[in-house]
Amino acid sequence: MTPYDIQGLQGRRVKDRIFTSLVWGLTFSCLAVVFIILFYIFEKGIGSLNWAIFSQNPKPVGENGGGMLNAIVGSLMVVSIAAILAIPVGVSVGIYLAENRGRKLSDRIALAVDVLQGIPSIVIGIVIYVWIVKPTGKFSSYSGSIALAIMMLPPIIKNTEETLILIPTTLKEASLALGASYFRTTMKVMLPAGIGGIFSGCIIGIARIAGEVAPLLFTAFGNPALNFNILKPVDTIPKVIFTYASSPYDDWHRIAWGGSVILVSFIILLNTIIKIFESRWKVQF
Amino acid sequence: MEGTILRTENLRVSFGDNLVVKGINMEIGEKKVTAFMGPSGCGKTTILRAINRLHELTPEAKVEGKIFLHSENINEMEAMTVRRRVGMVFQRPNPFPTMSIYENVISGFTLNGIKLKTDEKNHIVEDALKKVALWDEVKDHLKKRATSLSGGQQQRLCLARAVAMKPEVILLDEPTSALDPLSTAKIEDLLYELKGNYTLIIVTHNMQQAARISDMTAFFYLGELLEYDDTKKVFTNPKNEKTQNYITGRFG
Repeated sequence: MTPYDIQGLQGRRVKDRIFTSLVWGLTFSCLAVVFIILFYIFEKGIGSLNWAIFSQNPKPVGENGGGMLNAIVGSLMVVSIAAILAIPVGVSVGIYLAENRGRKLSDRIALAVDVLQGIPSIVIGIVIYVWIVKPTGKFSSYSGSIALAIMMLPPIIKNTEETLILIPTTLKEASLALGASYFRTTMKVMLPAGIGGIFSGCIIGIARIAGEVAPLLFTAFGNPALNFNILKPVDTIPKVIFTYASSPYDDWHRIAWGGSVILVSFIILLNTIIKIFESRWKVQF
Repeated sequence: MEGTILRTENLRVSFGDNLVVKGINMEIGEKKVTAFMGPSGCGKTTILRAINRLHELTPEAKVEGKIFLHSENINEMEAMTVRRRVGMVFQRPNPFPTMSIYENVISGFTLNGIKLKTDEKNHIVEDALKKVALWDEVKDHLKKRATSLSGGQQQRLCLARAVAMKPEVILLDEPTSALDPLSTAKIEDLLYELKGNYTLIIVTHNMQQAARISDMTAFFYLGELLEYDDTKKVFTNPKNEKTQNYITGRFG
């Protein structure tokens, strides 16, 4: 035994092995949960995906068949209008926070964004109900969009801020030193350099709200008919899943599973888009 | 001084309570190369950034005194106008990463919303790139990202970007400190070429560089201007002891 031999080496090796397998095991079980859920949803739902789901409106109670065209259209409508409302606001706030770090006001705003992220979605739904639905006297697609837009803000703001902070100040100085205005520097130099991160923030925001039901219960409400009018109530995919899954009819359960598959596929698609664009739009400084 | 383009009057710059530039009075000759020298922290870069009004980006920075470009006080001018007339090249090459080589050269115009015809643009780009001796290296791939170039090429591109705007003064903040010796030599050659046509102010730690390319040399120490004279005089017969110690390498 040389003097450099470490005491209790055997014990350390065992601990090391236990720790490593623990990390592996927990990582694996986390992944396993995701895959089991996905497998279960697809196993239950893929069979009920048929042309009717995408092309027909719901049939009256007691009649089999029908689809969720109204809800698919409704979801696209509510989510895209929410995105149109939230993205400019969220990106602007993100720019403000990145540009004014350390100031009192920006600290307060950052805190407010954190609080907003923690507000339960049902509460946002109720607030919009009181602010918009009650005064206007009717449920509407646009009030649902506003509720979802508020929920979308935190991820957009945070991603924009974090992306812009990472852009070297020398880049901003280079633009300003050429005599460019603050506005053009932001629009033509900073935002393009951060487009990958900002874009993925927007997609994460969309993914977050696409499956929300709670804020829509009091706002977009639901509508068994196909509707393109933002002033009228609409059905959305998560809302249909909620209603159908809690109904006593087997055929409605089937359609609810189908809706779940559509929704989950949409989320997977969005995440794939993020990955593709993040690597494609990666900017080297 | 005859043909003065820039003149400072009691220029003082402070960051919070820390007075970094302590009342500088100097005149910069037109179409001359002026080297700013001195040990780190002596305020060279701070003065340079004051000329381009870049301290406005730092909330705690405060600029007092006057800087005249010809006869106009730049602190009373529109910051954008000042910066368009006074170009700047930074310590590290900072081409716009989302733009091509071509777009980078022309960016001074596009970022200022100046619309140009295609052949005007082509002409400006070719002319600027030729001036910085980059044209032959990049003419076949002007559409490539600027960040695909080497560090030295990027720095020459940044110089081209400044030159393209035809500024009255070009400020260079240690333009070769982030570059390898070969690229440094290229930039120096270039500045030597530009001499006589442009007013250049170069901050440098490299004494050979200052001696080689500048007409005038200013020596700063702890925010004060200790010596300012013909480069030859400063290097061969400095009046101030500190300058002498610095250029002979005894401190700094």
